[in-house]
Amino acid sequence: MTQKPFLLSAEGVNKSFDGFKAIRDLNFYLETGELRTVIGPNGAGKTTFLDLITGRTQPDTGKIDFEGVHDLGSMSEHEIYRLGIGRKFQTPTVYTDHTVTENLLLSLAGNRGVFASLFFRINSTQQDKIDEILRTINLSTQRDRKAGTLAHGQKQWLEIGMLLAQDAKLLLVDEPAAGMTDEETARTGDLLLSLAGRHTIVVIEHDMVFVRQISQGRKVTVLHQGSVLCEGPVDAVQSDPKVIEVYLGRKHAR
Amino acid sequence: MNTTPRRESLIAGAIALVLLVIMPSLNAWAPQDSLFYVSNFTINVWGKYLAYGILAISVDLLWGFTGLLSLGQALFFSLGGYMIGMHLMLMIGKLGQYKSDLPDFLVFLGHTYLPAFWAPFSSFLFAALMIFLLPMLLAKVFGYLAFRSRIKGVYFSILTQALTYGASLMFFRNDMLMGGNNGFTDFKFLLGNDVRSAATQRSLYIVTGIALLAVYFGCRWLTRTKFGLVQRAIRDSETRVLFSGYSAANYKLFVFVVAAGIAALGGALYVPQVGIINPSEMTPDKSLEAVVWVAVGGRGTLFGPVLGAVVINALKSWATRAIPDMWLILLGSMFLFVVLFLPEGLISIPARIRAFRDRRKKVSPATASAPVPNAPVS
Repeated sequence: MTQKPFLLSAEGVNKSFDGFKAIRDLNFYLETGELRTVIGPNGAGKTTFLDLITGRTQPDTGKIDFEGVHDLGSMSEHEIYRLGIGRKFQTPTVYTDHTVTENLLLSLAGNRGVFASLFFRINSTQQDKIDEILRTINLSTQRDRKAGTLAHGQKQWLEIGMLLAQDAKLLLVDEPAAGMTDEETARTGDLLLSLAGRHTIVVIEHDMVFVRQISQGRKVTVLHQGSVLCEGPVDAVQSDPKVIEVYLGRKHAR
Repeated sequence: MNTTPRRESLIAGAIALVLLVIMPSLNAWAPQDSLFYVSNFTINVWGKYLAYGILAISVDLLWGFTGLLSLGQALFFSLGGYMIGMHLMLMIGKLGQYKSDLPDFLVFLGHTYLPAFWAPFSSFLFAALMIFLLPMLLAKVFGYLAFRSRIKGVYFSILTQALTYGASLMFFRNDMLMGGNNGFTDFKFLLGNDVRSAATQRSLYIVTGIALLAVYFGCRWLTRTKFGLVQRAIRDSETRVLFSGYSAANYKLFVFVVAAGIAALGGALYVPQVGIINPSEMTPDKSLEAVVWVAVGGRGTLFGPVLGAVVINALKSWATRAIPDMWLILLGSMFLFVVLFLPEGLISIPARIRAFRDRRKKVSPATASAPVPNAPVS
């Protein structure tokens, strides 16, 4: 067997809520270093899929493996987080009453225990790391501002920065461009592209312009009614008749 | 919150100087007929206020800093009081009504020997240890169950209220052997000193002040560590905290147990000064009152709760004598006023005045539509 080890694999996953099948027989494989975009119409199960990966809900049947050894289906949120899976929510969820720096500090990799937190002192490596992230997400000048006072786009970047601070092996990014101006969207795309290769990233997105910008020939996965409809480069996907029917067509018709 | 840490320490230091050094000195050495004399009554009342201040900080550590609205904090306060109360009861010796070695209520219930769990309380050190151990253990067990089951928000509040109500019902029963509805009273000696003498009461007052100061600075340190950052993060967005890899349950449990210990310390200092502890101290309204002190003083600060505890209790001392029927209405209206018009509490008044003055400076007098400055004060 010369099978490549997948960073994340989901096989035969089902999940229903009160009889509604949000995820049905889903199979999904992700390799290390990929920047994968997941698209699909509303209710396709994109966010539920992220909930399953991050332990917010558990699958009814099926298996979700991380690095081939960790069964995510049986772990709690903070345990999964500690494996190196970070999630950026759809709406920006930064700590509004904390400063930008404090937000990053809370996200820094390291011991998360109660007693460690009592005697925590930041060291120079960690300070350098925070400075570097602040430059990457373009918030160096805003470091002492309360995160709640940042513009919408800046909050989204801060949240991506928080994923970087935790040294996440896998970044799950839920609709990063939602509610952004075109310029902010483009800069968010650049930010994600600059991280591609060094990090494994899954981006869930609606905005096709944005999807084109970040996918650049990389694999795009289309979800529909809780399972994978097709996968491939964005051009192939967009010209797939099934996809046009369920997703793009419907959108155009509206 | 608006004052810089330096200034806050300075103000705290100045207040501590007045309360801890000047007031007791005037009580001890100023002649009784002098203008500066501080009466034993005043010292005693302030000792009570300061003990309440300790309770208020424990409520705020949970509510203001962690978002956990505990409506049962008076339970831990009372338990601390009961623990020192057990020691004080045994120190009465044969001076009780029945001239027995047993506490009066046990004789009254027909007991001829001391129950086994009472015996070790004749040691002050054991009692001092139990003041912290028992309430913190209870908090640990209750907190573990509540936080593991992810009980949050109003459900947590209701459960804490049920806990304290249940405990009060238990303590009301005579067969609990904790004094029933009369509780413990008629204390005589503490560490060999007459509990009711002016000198002992003054010492208790000073110890309470020092304890309050220690709790204040301890919590100030705690809330400024990374623990404090996580604490406030839990308050603002608990889900996010989980996705940042922190076990929110462990953090909440820790702070709940610490707060129980602080409240118990306050109770243990309170009881020898008021001379009585009974189950009515555990009823839910007592815990609610503490929440009101914190809201009125200013939650999310450490000085605000103490201010609220002192101001409201001073007002209560006056109102329950002058206008006893109106007291609860007055308390309720104060709470409403603060919630509606002063959400950051009394502590925010200086900052508000400053902001108001700055705004007036900016607006030219001709176009100013500021509120009438001489509005009648009702």
